[in-house]
Amino acid sequence: MTGTGGPGGEIVLSLKDVTKRFGDLVANDRISLDLERGEVLGLLGENGAGKTTLMSILFGHYVADDGTIEAFGAPLPPGSPRAAIDAGIGMVHQHFTLAENLSVLDNVMLGSEPLWKPSTDRRSARAKLADLSDRFGLTVDPATLVGSLSVGERQRVEILKALYRDARVLILDEPTAVLTPQESESLFETLGQMSEQGLSLIFISHKLDEVLAASHRVVVLRGGRVVGERPVAGTSREELAEMIIGYDLQEPVRHEVAPGGPVLELEGVTVAQDGRAVLEAVDLTIRSGEILGVVGVSGNGQQPLAQVAGGFIAPASGTATLFGAPIGESSARRDVAGRVGRIPDDRHALGVVSDMAIWENAILDTSNRRRFAKHGMLQRTAAKSFAAELIDRFDIRCPGPNAATGLLSGGNMQKLILGRIFSLDPGFIIANQPTRGLDVGAIAFVQERLLQAREGGAAVLLISEDLDEVMSLADRIAVVYRGRLTAPKPADALTTREIGLLMAGQWREAGHAH
Amino acid sequence: MRIERRETPHAVWALAAPFIAIVAALTLCAPLILWHGSPVAEAYGLLVKGTLGSRGAITETLSRATPLILTGLAAAVAFRAKLWNIGGEGQFYVGAIAAAAIGAGAVVLPAVLLIPFVMVCGAAAGALLLIGPTLLKTRLGVDEVVTTLLLNFVVLLFVSMMIEGPMKDPLAFGWPQSAPVIDEATLPKLIPKTRLHLGFLIAVGAAVVFWLIDTRTTWGFEARAVGSNPGAARFAGMSIQGVTLRVAIFSGALAGLAGASEVMGLRGYLALDLSPGFGYSGIVVAMLAQLHPLGVVAGAIFVACVFVGADAMGRTLGVPSFIADVIVATSLMCMLVAILAAQYRIRP
Repeated sequence: MTGTGGPGGEIVLSLKDVTKRFGDLVANDRISLDLERGEVLGLLGENGAGKTTLMSILFGHYVADDGTIEAFGAPLPPGSPRAAIDAGIGMVHQHFTLAENLSVLDNVMLGSEPLWKPSTDRRSARAKLADLSDRFGLTVDPATLVGSLSVGERQRVEILKALYRDARVLILDEPTAVLTPQESESLFETLGQMSEQGLSLIFISHKLDEVLAASHRVVVLRGGRVVGERPVAGTSREELAEMIIGYDLQEPVRHEVAPGGPVLELEGVTVAQDGRAVLEAVDLTIRSGEILGVVGVSGNGQQPLAQVAGGFIAPASGTATLFGAPIGESSARRDVAGRVGRIPDDRHALGVVSDMAIWENAILDTSNRRRFAKHGMLQRTAAKSFAAELIDRFDIRCPGPNAATGLLSGGNMQKLILGRIFSLDPGFIIANQPTRGLDVGAIAFVQERLLQAREGGAAVLLISEDLDEVMSLADRIAVVYRGRLTAPKPADALTTREIGLLMAGQWREAGHAH
Repeated sequence: MRIERRETPHAVWALAAPFIAIVAALTLCAPLILWHGSPVAEAYGLLVKGTLGSRGAITETLSRATPLILTGLAAAVAFRAKLWNIGGEGQFYVGAIAAAAIGAGAVVLPAVLLIPFVMVCGAAAGALLLIGPTLLKTRLGVDEVVTTLLLNFVVLLFVSMMIEGPMKDPLAFGWPQSAPVIDEATLPKLIPKTRLHLGFLIAVGAAVVFWLIDTRTTWGFEARAVGSNPGAARFAGMSIQGVTLRVAIFSGALAGLAGASEVMGLRGYLALDLSPGFGYSGIVVAMLAQLHPLGVVAGAIFVACVFVGADAMGRTLGVPSFIADVIVATSLMCMLVAILAAQYRIRP
């Protein structure tokens, strides 16, 4: 727990029996919770547990079918974000809502100034912003353009924006998803300061350790209901995980596997996009029977690395070989796809065609194999029974092979993609953010499958922003920063702190020469 | 009251949408007919009678629908794969040029051989015309809407040059038209003493074949995948360029076939007024059909009904036949609104 302040007894926000239905689905089922002054409340739950719906109701994006909300003793008018802001509720979204071409000050003032006023009182605005920065340790230069700020700094601007509008209750939706460990650490310090000064916070996260570290009390949602409420002092990671998924979670177990020969070899690979090197002189070898983890803050070269390994782009210089053969620009073709399983970072854009049926997506990369195509004719019966088999083996929750793929939840969509890939028995797997946006149960499933593939002799390139995931799965870890890759080190020889420094580009401080 | 997006479009609504759209369009056009000073009920009565009222009327409607089915398919096939082929008119005319050039005696074979040969040549000409813009799109990212659209005008001028020059019929008393196709290259009539010819069956057959290709073959599978999510299709190892080119060949061939069928079945020669905009109307037909190959047949017959019926209306009441264009355009807009409406629902 951070800070010495804490809950002060006064109830600032009170939800009673809030219910919201979407058709037959009850997204929120009689949810009641209270938030005290100066309290940090951790809100946990799987995807689809109702967290987002609840916060959307609170912030006025949805209207609840039933139930009441009181803020600071007064009922909160439903369906109006403006009313929520006026009542002192602020929200920091996971995806920032900032204008990159405006300064920090302009961004903060945007929306809180009446449009009909010909001039704005920038001096007092600047003074108020400076005061807020001081009080909560959120240092940002008000004159810089948001476009030139780092992700962590942008988040500070988002928080300042809410505080500027006199928010006394702040909702943070997955605030650490985009941060390095050090940035998260400093965010937690800020949260502590805010709580000490009497602000109340609702902290939504997937990451149990963070919630335990940053909050005073935890509420767990499952299937739209509150299934548990615990003071942080009286609970454990294991208990919370079990409450979240509703059953006892087995952590994935790694067995020792002796790595075999090299599968993917990159030597001095450089990739340029728009005249800028997005990958620079990257050396990397992945052997069969090993998982190589690549971590880094998003946008530092993970994308081109996955594309080179997957055969979608050819390196501008250097050599890239897969199974001993050079990777060219056209290697994404299906002859290679047979031995390469690619898990895309964006399921909706790259993984599935949402308008097509589940059975069609099940054969998306194998539709020209003899099993599913004879003389150019699609073998629909074979494809449908294959899809039914995947649905069964990978526990894809859906009405059946004929259902539209777009209706699947993120986790089930990912299971479909995994099923498609693992049924090919690939020798090389590129797992790009394989668990992003998935809930605890689905994450365990994906991780277990990756470990199984490793034991089966596959080489796995695991690209992830989730440090814990990489630490628990990978045999060796490399850090990517601005297109450069550190030499991979065995996972047990690295600490979280070291990796954090490497992710922030402080290679020398981390004792890493390149 | 809130308007929400449905997860899946409402099935009954989606089926009823075209009919509701047609009724709405006719209602919206009624004031125009009133303005002209004609009774609306009588005018629409004549429209229906002129299209479905007699054997002659029905065959006339179907023969007008023939090229529309083929150009409609051309647009539907391309649009489904997100290839925006606006060049149906140009591909129609190059198909017609090929049919007129080869069918007028350049090759003499028995009809059983010559008819398929000339049709294939017309289709090939249409396909060739679309390959250029498609390669420019896939290789260099040139917008195919612009290139295909502008090629229409190039082709029209080329037709003009051909029928004033090398292909001009010396026996046509100076009229700008090509020499007529020989009897062995003429499509037989389906019903004697009407204008309905074999081309209609070929067009309907093509619609069925393309429906089967779309749903039953790997080619259709790939085209649908590329059309609805090119990113995922590429990620799954499909070649976007290859699939798009294949689609372009089919699309251009269908429009070229339409031109060939008009020359071989109806007109007998090439002239500048061979098409009253069949290539463009094909786009309307495809949109009315929601890009479904079988729906294209219904859409084409509807559009043909309006055009043929408006002629009948004009003959009796003197309503300008421009009203046909207005009705078709209004129907399309009502259709687009109806499709959109089917995707939403209103909640109290």
